[in-house]
Amino acid sequence: MKLNSIYIILLLAIATFANGQQITKATTGIFLLKNGEVYTHDNGKIKADVLMQDGIIKEVSEMIEHPGAKKFDCTGLTIYPGMIDSGTKIGLAEVSSVSLTQDHNEIGEFTPHMKALTAVNPSSVNIPVNRVNGITTALSVPSGGRFPGTAALINLYGYTPNDMYAGFSAVVFNYPSTGKRGSWDRRSDEDIKKAEEKANKKIKDFISKARLYTKISGTDKASSLDYNPQLNALVPIINKEAPLLVEVNKKSDILSAISWVNENDINVIFTGVSEGYLVIDSLLKYNIPVITGPILNNPGRSSDHYNIGYSNAGKMQKAGIKVAIRTNETENVRNLPYNAGFAAAYGMGFKEAFKAVTINAAEMFGIENKYGSVERTKVANVFVTDGDPFETKTTIKYLFIDGYNIPLESRHTYLYDEFLER
Amino acid sequence: MLNIKNIILGLLATTCLSAQVDMGDVLIKNGTLLTISDGEKEKTDILIKKGKISKIGKSIKAPEGIKTIDANGMYVMPGIIDAHSHIAIDAVNEATNPVTAEVWVGDALDPYDINIYRALAGGVTISHAMHGSANAIGGQCETIKHRWGVLDPNDLRMEGAKKTIKFALGENPIRVHGEGGNIVPNTRMGVEQVFRNAFEQGKAYAAEWKAYNNGTTKIAPEYNIRKEALADILSGEIMIHCHSYRADEILMLMNVLTDYGVDQICFQHVNEGFKVAPELAEFGAYASVFSDWWAYKFEVYYSTAYNATILSKNGVTTSINSDSRELIRHLYHEAAKTQKYGGLSDTEALSMITINPAKQLGIDKRVGSLEVNKEGDVVIFQNHPLSIYAIPQYTIVDGIVRFDINEDPQDMRIDIDPEEKIPAFQESEAGHNHDNCLQGVSELLFEHKH
Repeated sequence: MKLNSIYIILLLAIATFANGQQITKATTGIFLLKNGEVYTHDNGKIKADVLMQDGIIKEVSEMIEHPGAKKFDCTGLTIYPGMIDSGTKIGLAEVSSVSLTQDHNEIGEFTPHMKALTAVNPSSVNIPVNRVNGITTALSVPSGGRFPGTAALINLYGYTPNDMYAGFSAVVFNYPSTGKRGSWDRRSDEDIKKAEEKANKKIKDFISKARLYTKISGTDKASSLDYNPQLNALVPIINKEAPLLVEVNKKSDILSAISWVNENDINVIFTGVSEGYLVIDSLLKYNIPVITGPILNNPGRSSDHYNIGYSNAGKMQKAGIKVAIRTNETENVRNLPYNAGFAAAYGMGFKEAFKAVTINAAEMFGIENKYGSVERTKVANVFVTDGDPFETKTTIKYLFIDGYNIPLESRHTYLYDEFLER
Repeated sequence: MLNIKNIILGLLATTCLSAQVDMGDVLIKNGTLLTISDGEKEKTDILIKKGKISKIGKSIKAPEGIKTIDANGMYVMPGIIDAHSHIAIDAVNEATNPVTAEVWVGDALDPYDINIYRALAGGVTISHAMHGSANAIGGQCETIKHRWGVLDPNDLRMEGAKKTIKFALGENPIRVHGEGGNIVPNTRMGVEQVFRNAFEQGKAYAAEWKAYNNGTTKIAPEYNIRKEALADILSGEIMIHCHSYRADEILMLMNVLTDYGVDQICFQHVNEGFKVAPELAEFGAYASVFSDWWAYKFEVYYSTAYNATILSKNGVTTSINSDSRELIRHLYHEAAKTQKYGGLSDTEALSMITINPAKQLGIDKRVGSLEVNKEGDVVIFQNHPLSIYAIPQYTIVDGIVRFDINEDPQDMRIDIDPEEKIPAFQESEAGHNHDNCLQGVSELLFEHKH
């Protein structure tokens, strides 16, 4: 008893002086979401309860009873699958202007072996701030050189990167952009062409070495290969066992990247794709899936229509291209539903825009049997709202990640609680 | 950079003097009016004549020949006002001295900036074009109306708006002058002394002129344009808009102002304003904040998206600003975040982008709400402006439709370079350092890693 009261006093002391640090622990167990509606991609909202146990959705059906479960009353509420942000730096950067807190940009041009998962900081203050808006999963992407590293899909809860890993990783390739980079770019056409040729040659050499390495590593001469983590990281790409994430935005670059992909016969996902709406036929012809965003982004050219950032995703999706949406953010990944919401308003519609932040991403990453919808046997990544998850004023009532009931708290709510009435 | 066209036009403008700015007439029928000052009015008309709201009511008869907009099922609200932006100017920072009160972004207005049109397409009719934050005392700012299509830079000015000047605290002046130039300020202590020193100079200068003007001294003091501006700040002629983040530095500036008898200020960004909300309210200071930007540098690491709500609930007149040519396109959505983070009412949320910034710019008697005799700046939305599905349909400035979604060509530029077939593609800005207030400085002084 005495010990308990000391603990309580200690806890209170921590709560008083925490000044924006995580206080309440997430809990796990058997959870039953009662009397709500479940959002489904095909049939909209259906009346159903959801039972979660051991981190998995055990059952989705009407009138579930379970004596041992902790119940959550969802009357008037809707249960949605956790949103997936398909391109962020979350966990890899803490304060964007302080370089020592950034771990997404390693030295070197060809460093596909740099693993984002290694540098994900589970204690980043960014993580709780962003997940409480219903983003349960995010692709954390390295940046910098031509092949800056390997991105990792993580759930936004866990004590270690391994706990957080959501089963997908992929090498990133920043496709060389040609032409002028802006009105300030004073390079001559000849210089631009030279730079392009140089970049292309380096890539060609790298890929052909990787091809040779892959070939040898599949034979009994594998042990004779020198240690070469760069080339080793490309083996699954060359063997078409994993997609390459190709960052490319400009129309001419996208077309060039499409022919590069065909020449090299590999599986890809294009990312960025700001001018995708101009090359829809080519993207469709080669069946290339696209992660686009941020939607809340200025048009790339001064001659562009003001809303192309908002409408690009919808134009590609309507043509039949598989589209996922990203924020490309670090500390404001929480704006994913608003990025999707603008895409929805400017032509994509709610149903398809919501797929673009859930099941479409899961399918591109090959994890659709575990993520992207509220269905039996999937990972218990779920959030519950009092309204449309894209609407700005909608409140999230409950959040579950990997079967944990996540407190709806973060530095931002603690500071609010502490300072509203000082 | 200034192009030849601007220079010629500038010369023309000075020789011809400013022509009268165009004013228009328009009748908006049957909209749901979000008046800000007098609640919501359903199925109500609003008549604008010669650029001013002349009537609000039911079944207003259209005067002969007047343009009529059917706003049935749509929402009509006052033009959105951005109290912090850097669009429509082609120079932001005069980063050569910790005090540059003499420079004025009004000398660098650019009516060809496509971002004016993009802001209009987001319902923004007025913005506060500000100097940057490189200096503790930066340059004077200009409140502009988004009269897209005018060619004379002078026609962007909102004549009669309060004169304002940019101040800056914290990391930016310290990085530029202390770290970058090895002069004071290198700390937040130094920033305070830069202000005190400058105010002393302004005070002495004003006293010298007073003595000369009332005959106490016979020789006129030497005219000094920097000290003129400093004296005008002390007299209340020019209002301070101060880039600020941390609670301690915000408090410091209020203390300095108290010592010099300055009683009006608008703190900009003011991410830690929530920590000193009672002090801000007591001083009568205004706050113009981001909806949710944080963590992009260390001085905004201890931020909260509930800042606007905390400030507002503590009695501080608060606005949501953009400081960005991207965010300025959807300030209505940024204002809606005060409902997510703190549950503000529709009127409270919309006030943050209308009447509150109008107060902060000293133009609230003229704009910021739908009232008879106010200026005819109006935006019409499909869906409620605080909904994520809101789409601006018409943006009207002085009674003239400057954005119409139904007559909106692909390419809206008005300064097309005949030698450039397609303008160059600028890579995405997202994920970069959000420090737009350091435009033109960071590229020169610091190596940037992305």
